[in-house]
Amino acid sequence: MEQLLGFAVPGIPYGCAYAVFAVGLVLTYQTTGVFNFGYGAQAYASAFVFAWLVENHAWPTWAAFLCSVVILGPGLGLVFDRFLFRRIPSTNTTARVVTGLSLLVGIPALLPVIFGNGNLVGAPSIVFNPDTVYFHLGSDVPVNGIYLSAVLFAVVMLVVLVLLLRTTSLGLEMRAGVESRRLLELEGVNAPRVTATAWALCGLMAGLAGVLLAPTEVTVQAQDYVTLMVAAIAAAACAALRSMSVAAVVAVLIGVVSLTAQGYLPTSSFWYSAVLPAFPFLVLVGALLLVPGLRRLDEAKDPLSSVDPPPPPPSSRLRGREIDWIVRTGFWVLLFAFVGSMLTWMPPSWETVLNQGMAYSVIFLSVTLLTGTAGQLSLAQATLAGIAAFTAGQLARHVGLDFLAGAVLGALAASVVAAVLAVASLRLRGLGLALMTLAAALLFDVAIFPAQAVSGGTGGITLSSSWLPLDLFAPDGHAYFLLALLVLVVCAGGVALVQRGTVGRFLAAMRGSELGAAGVGVNLPWQRVLAFALSGALAGVGGALLAIQQTVIAPGEFNYQLSLAFVVIVLTTGVGTVEGAIQAGIGLVVVEQLLQYAPQRLQGLTFVLFALGALTYAAHPEGIVELEKRRWTERAERVLAHRHRSPATSSVGPS
Amino acid sequence: MTRLEPPVLELEAVRAAYGPYRALFGVSFSVDRGAAVALLGPNGAGKSTVARVASGLVRVSSGSVRVDGRDVTGEPAWRIARAGLAHVPEGRGVFDSLSVEENLVLSFRRRAGRGEVSTSLERAYERFPALGQRRHDRAGALSGGQQRLLSLAKVLVAPPKVLIADELSLGLAPSVIDDVYAGLADARRSGTALVVVEQQIDRALALASSAVVLDRGAVVYFGPAQGARAVAEEVVARRHRVEEDAATQVGPGARPPAGREGRT
Repeated sequence: MEQLLGFAVPGIPYGCAYAVFAVGLVLTYQTTGVFNFGYGAQAYASAFVFAWLVENHAWPTWAAFLCSVVILGPGLGLVFDRFLFRRIPSTNTTARVVTGLSLLVGIPALLPVIFGNGNLVGAPSIVFNPDTVYFHLGSDVPVNGIYLSAVLFAVVMLVVLVLLLRTTSLGLEMRAGVESRRLLELEGVNAPRVTATAWALCGLMAGLAGVLLAPTEVTVQAQDYVTLMVAAIAAAACAALRSMSVAAVVAVLIGVVSLTAQGYLPTSSFWYSAVLPAFPFLVLVGALLLVPGLRRLDEAKDPLSSVDPPPPPPSSRLRGREIDWIVRTGFWVLLFAFVGSMLTWMPPSWETVLNQGMAYSVIFLSVTLLTGTAGQLSLAQATLAGIAAFTAGQLARHVGLDFLAGAVLGALAASVVAAVLAVASLRLRGLGLALMTLAAALLFDVAIFPAQAVSGGTGGITLSSSWLPLDLFAPDGHAYFLLALLVLVVCAGGVALVQRGTVGRFLAAMRGSELGAAGVGVNLPWQRVLAFALSGALAGVGGALLAIQQTVIAPGEFNYQLSLAFVVIVLTTGVGTVEGAIQAGIGLVVVEQLLQYAPQRLQGLTFVLFALGALTYAAHPEGIVELEKRRWTERAERVLAHRHRSPATSSVGPS
Repeated sequence: MTRLEPPVLELEAVRAAYGPYRALFGVSFSVDRGAAVALLGPNGAGKSTVARVASGLVRVSSGSVRVDGRDVTGEPAWRIARAGLAHVPEGRGVFDSLSVEENLVLSFRRRAGRGEVSTSLERAYERFPALGQRRHDRAGALSGGQQRLLSLAKVLVAPPKVLIADELSLGLAPSVIDDVYAGLADARRSGTALVVVEQQIDRALALASSAVVLDRGAVVYFGPAQGARAVAEEVVARRHRVEEDAATQVGPGARPPAGREGRT
């Protein structure tokens, strides 16, 4: 008993730290309707600024607290509301998820750019001294300042917020505003201000959480907040994003169970090395499979959503015959110019970069198919790419299979994993599906990819020339370029054919309305599994292609952050079309390469740029490239119409 | 008729659009204090858009809207609501995720004042006993008719200057429609001006003193209720003929006209 207490009690502050974030997530969801993936990033930003002010600029603690928590916290929340989430119609779940993700990806990358990449060694504690032992629980469980601040903060926050939401009129208005801001306005309530208040409140909570819990971790690192966030998401999911108290209790339990298990399990066992780190993800997956409330997350719809104008048509539909001819000819001219340049005068460094971009393009095509065509959001595409690459690598290493043949088998394996994922999440959609795929990606990151048997440890698998003719690829990038071009053309053509064919129509119907699609006889579960399987195969092919280009298959190349970034990047450029994926792939590497010429500090900006781009996704779900194409097409049509005095095409208004 | 006080709601040459799709083309009419106006017209004539423009949900692209003599053009919906206009939107006008009581409390705090919430609740449950029985249920769990009653109850306890009711009878059983219309009549007795958007011409004209008939986003009739029936029926019949003609034609020209040209 004494031993159990000794293991379990230290778990409580961890659990309370998780609880603080879980409650914050539920609070944000209940008061703004947004599942804020960026919540941890917000907390991290406050903690970072706090530590930076105190350590690097010797500010007094109270001034730093004022600046980083009282001003920055709500300020960030208000900025998120004003410039991002207010512009997204409440029915557009994908836009909300993607905007949250771009914050999660963008903020931690942006902070070092603004404040410099200083090594921040832990923040000072505000209320209690972290190392002082205040009293003992039982006979010999010490309770120090970290312990006390985490527990007290969690309890006070929970009580205050529950009271606020359940008993005050502001709480009532916030909950009503989540369902329909317009209906709330009809009640005479200043709905924009209520939503802004909710965001400011959530921002304040995030900032407080970040600064008060910062001393729990030794250094202020983004990674700590991500681990914390996973446990918090799992707890929030167990509460169906509805009850803050349930979320808090589950979070504490996760902390206690993890630490107790850590104490009892032998350190060399499989359970300790693989299952324990994955424990919060397993809780999350379990919640997603079993909590019925999560299946109905996106069901409560704004009855006044028809006030929003319908989305615009894609640019290709607007093109007249003349412009269509110009665009098509221009495309072939550019393609030949590109291939010609790559094989003749392109400098080797740029050739390498563009080659890599083509491999990314193939992976991105999987996003086009799954998200653009079928409307299913997956946050595990990099993981699927990794599965194929590691399968090919291990087959080559152990069986001596040719790497290219292995790549095909690897793509099959990725396809199977994707299909299994689809089957497991058949009853989820929107946010639920996003969380499920995120959990899968994290599971592979933490428990499977680092395993010696899969990736050969953190160093990864180095490709050997006995697996494929590396010498052919070695002197310059030409051979690889031709291989990548072939694969890319085949995959892009395949996706385009699928989009135009029967399957594509079924998938598009499913994206438009699941109810409507089921009504005309589309087998939704099967189409969904099919979309996932095809997309998994594409991601797998791209992953193997990337591995050949890199000549090393490292787990870091396929982690969940990349999965998030992939989705964000493709949605930014344009998720509906094949060109969108290729533009995203090439764009990613070109931006990265161009930043190499920029000062050292700015080199982390790639993701920030794309995250900024994704923020335009709220206003233009078709992607910025597609938006610009439409604008230019319309301009060109106007010029042509002016010149020929030809009748302009008329559009039909809605009923 | 000489008028000493301004109309309680007045639309003047209002044009409005949903993004690139235009919906109203210069709509003008006014509602006198305590009057009841029926807003009639076939599907897609712009009835709901008129209601949304009046309550500020849809931004006016040109023209003006006045509530109780005050120009509210371009103001946010919550300001217009505070100026005394209540809009019960088409379909569901209640918050699904809140309980019946929370729905009422949310409304009464604003309309009746904080001190009056509990007496207002009592009166609402007295007037609509069905709501009292289900006060702790989620509003989303109510039947369609009960939801419509709830959205009326929110408004009726503290009568607004003007109430716009959008398709209150849609999808309801005749006996429930009677209840809803009894509620509207109550509101009128307590001095509220009514704008009733309705497809059931008889129901609306029985209640209304005057009527507006819309077709393709423009007013084709504005006058006493008695004269409206013939116009409204003619508009609907003409719409049917156009659709039948379009259906019998073959080929690419079979699309009905786009809606902004060729109206009366």
